Amino acid sequence: MNNIPNRKAICDVLLKNAENDKNIVVLCSDSRGSASLAPFADAFPEQFAEVGIAEQDLVSIAAGFAHCGKKAFAASPACFLSTRSYEQCKVDVAYSNTNVKLIGISGGISYGALGMSHHSAQDIAAMSAIPNMRVYIPSDRFQTAKLTQALLGDEKPAYIRVGRNPVEDIYSEESCPFEMNRATVLQKGTDVSLIACGEMVNPALNAAKLLEKENISVTVLDMYCVKPIDKEAVTEAAEKSRIVVTVEEHSPFGGLGSMVSQIVSSECPRRVINISLPDEPVITGTSKEVFDYYGMNGEGIAKTVKNALSAEGI
Amino acid sequence: MELLELSRLAYDLRKDTVDIIVSGKGGHIGGDMSVMEILVTLYFDQMNISPENADSPDRDLFVMSKGHSVEAYYSVLCAKHFLDLNDVKANFSKFGSKYIGHPNNKLPGIEMNSGSLGHGLPVCVGMALAGKMDGRNYRVYTVMGDGELAEGSVWEGAMAARQYKLDNLCAVVDRNRLQISGNTEDVMGHDDLCERFGSFGWNVIDIKDGNSVEQLHNAFEQAKQVKGKPTVLIANTVKGKGSAVMENKADWHHHVPSEEDYRQIIKDFEKRKEALI
Repeated sequence: MNNIPNRKAICDVLLKNAENDKNIVVLCSDSRGSASLAPFADAFPEQFAEVGIAEQDLVSIAAGFAHCGKKAFAASPACFLSTRSYEQCKVDVAYSNTNVKLIGISGGISYGALGMSHHSAQDIAAMSAIPNMRVYIPSDRFQTAKLTQALLGDEKPAYIRVGRNPVEDIYSEESCPFEMNRATVLQKGTDVSLIACGEMVNPALNAAKLLEKENISVTVLDMYCVKPIDKEAVTEAAEKSRIVVTVEEHSPFGGLGSMVSQIVSSECPRRVINISLPDEPVITGTSKEVFDYYGMNGEGIAKTVKNALSAEGI
Repeated sequence: MELLELSRLAYDLRKDTVDIIVSGKGGHIGGDMSVMEILVTLYFDQMNISPENADSPDRDLFVMSKGHSVEAYYSVLCAKHFLDLNDVKANFSKFGSKYIGHPNNKLPGIEMNSGSLGHGLPVCVGMALAGKMDGRNYRVYTVMGDGELAEGSVWEGAMAARQYKLDNLCAVVDRNRLQISGNTEDVMGHDDLCERFGSFGWNVIDIKDGNSVEQLHNAFEQAKQVKGKPTVLIANTVKGKGSAVMENKADWHHHVPSEEDYRQIIKDFEKRKEALI
């Protein structure tokens, strides 16, 4: 089991690049430890700004930095970053078009038993609804590193959500295919297309393995680019399968499932099932306990797929 | 430009501002009038900024935090040749216009978008901190309304500005004492504004007449000498300044003058301008 969380992968890429790029600036809101950014703060104190527990300030200051040519990475728990400072993300970052990368750490329900105040099951919907804001939810540490490196190369706003805990590797050091704003096709099948993002990619792969044992052929897409979503990949996956199932660590509204449903219904109508967190404060537990409880694991996803296929008479 | 000339220029720009509002059939006229000398002093006396150096990393930076006073801002940007007055007058608030009712940085001369209050100061903290990091000598300015100070984000920014000893940052409060619902002290009082900023560790300069170019000039010059902390100017202004028709009237916060009011207002501007010697 991998023990490196995705947030650390971000720090490693920033550390590597900051040596030769004095314009990289990292900002934290008393979150350098939880964001795994303490090594950056220690190594490059002159490129690090602590703003205290003030998320609105965090984002506005980052925008001010970016306006003066800095590549600003503002890291804060996703729950606060995507709600407390939502207006700053909208006005100072997206609307003013500043080069701020908003790093939402401990996203989704990573904080587990800390409760709904610390969960960010609404961030995809909120951030995606802002014009000029991109939304990325990488699945593992290798993809997170590739994404971070790619984001260093552009000058536009983006929101990136990573979880708190280490997750199983999907890719490897040697093999991590990555194309900006294009889904990664993990496998191709003909019965069902599983489209997942973030921590739900691994359970989707596990479900695919279970389904294949029952001769159900599965496509799995890692849709780390939630916005701009890879419409072509969604359409192709839907065209080549009988049903589409989305899986996301998010509320049922306005997330990956909603976006995929929009595309499939207009481009290539198929039955689409959205697997997500419920529209209520989630049950207390670790991420694994919560996902298991709501059927957001390999077995749960496989069961939902089979039910949907039999409902279709397949 | 001489300070007296700038005081007179402020009245010319008041007329341009009212013309923009009349043309666009709407505008935050009261705050436009109160903030005019602050903007004129910044743009014509203090800041190193012009269309020629608009892309220089060493230019001074300004953020109009009270973005609703955009009509006054447009008139100043026209006088600085960033924008064309006839174009602004012809198109302000019209269908498809780029001259919208709050500052937008797609227009030349405007650094950051604003409109929602309480954003300007923290954004300026980032700009000032970037200047310190890069060893640049530019100064960063923002103008806030007094009603705006009820926004908590202002005080988050005030804390950070002090923490990072941003002596290259100067904020101005357009203290006109009126907001949409009436007197600021009735809505959410802050008569102890100087003490508040002082307790946040800021250098505070209380300007008795915030519509006096000379007093503003002196305060800005004083602010430049202060090291190790940011400065705020509390500019005690008059909302609707320039004509008795609109002075100190809360219902002129957002208002379009009637034809009769317009004639009187323009006459008053001329008289006030002539009286400046």
